[in-house]
Amino acid sequence: MSELMIWVTILLAGVVTFYLRYSFIGYAHRMQTPEWFRRALRYVPAAVLSALVCKALVYYGGTLQLTLSNERLLAAVIAAGVAWRTKNVLWTTVTGMLALWALQALGL
Amino acid sequence: MALLKEHTQSAASQSISDVWPSLLGVVPFGLITGAAGVSAGLSVLQTMASSLVLFAGAAQLAAYQLMDSGSPMLVVVLTVTVVNLRYLMYSASLAPLLADWKRTWKVVGAYIMVDQLYALSLHRFREERFSSPLPRWVYYITGSVLTWVVWQVAVWVGAWLGAKVPPSWSLDFAIPLSFMAMVFASIRDRPTAAAALVGGLAAMFAATLPYNLGLIVASLAGIGAGMWLERRRSA
Repeated sequence: MSELMIWVTILLAGVVTFYLRYSFIGYAHRMQTPEWFRRALRYVPAAVLSALVCKALVYYGGTLQLTLSNERLLAAVIAAGVAWRTKNVLWTTVTGMLALWALQALGL
Repeated sequence: MALLKEHTQSAASQSISDVWPSLLGVVPFGLITGAAGVSAGLSVLQTMASSLVLFAGAAQLAAYQLMDSGSPMLVVVLTVTVVNLRYLMYSASLAPLLADWKRTWKVVGAYIMVDQLYALSLHRFREERFSSPLPRWVYYITGSVLTWVVWQVAVWVGAWLGAKVPPSWSLDFAIPLSFMAMVFASIRDRPTAAAALVGGLAAMFAATLPYNLGLIVASLAGIGAGMWLERRRSA
């Protein structure tokens, strides 16, 4: 992405984000959403975040990495245990990074 | 009137005491986000600009991850939209509570909307002392602005520190890791678990779709799975 495109992307993403937040607060009298849409919103965080995690585990550095020698996959399994028990962003991230560095140092 | 004045003054201190525990989580999350922006190839300035414009950690991380893997602009903006769809939900439930505010403050209140203040406000505003607009305004603005300031400083420090870390440290791996805790926190029942499972598996299979469209396809599949299971269970 060129420098200019990075700035345009940041700006556009910001405008969209603002209007998502402002929508009902600013235009409550004009906003009508169907029932199915409100039900769908409930599943957005789980579906999107999980997709982001899983994609990043098998696809990085520009290629698909679906092998058992994928250290990130192993580190992620360890971090997932912490995430499941604590639901804490900091502990999960710290554990996962330490696990990755340990696995890389071992050269498995 | 005296009572209103008292309620208004106590609203600020109540807001601070409600918000500060969550700031303990905002600081490391901001540090990670700042470092991730820089390790994805953005400058410190671009990382800060995106943080000021978006003020949304998960969306910022998603955008950095996509920019790093060379996605086109439209896909980055679409993914940010999907990640931030929850704000639409917050906006709908906050709207009646902020209905008396001046337009300028509605704009400010929308821009600084964060998960914590949304949840705290819905909880507090049911109390008698928060029944009038002024204490509500003080409560919401105090907590949000505090969170905003702490977040921006944390991102800046993270970006500044991250710029000094060599790529061999694989700091970009911190992005999926930081999402992981949020995934487990978002799973509350079987339908939400199905949404996470299907979204994750679909993302792996769709990882090589052009333009990184896999994320959007996978998210929709996950949302669909959740809704399908919910309907089946209630039928």
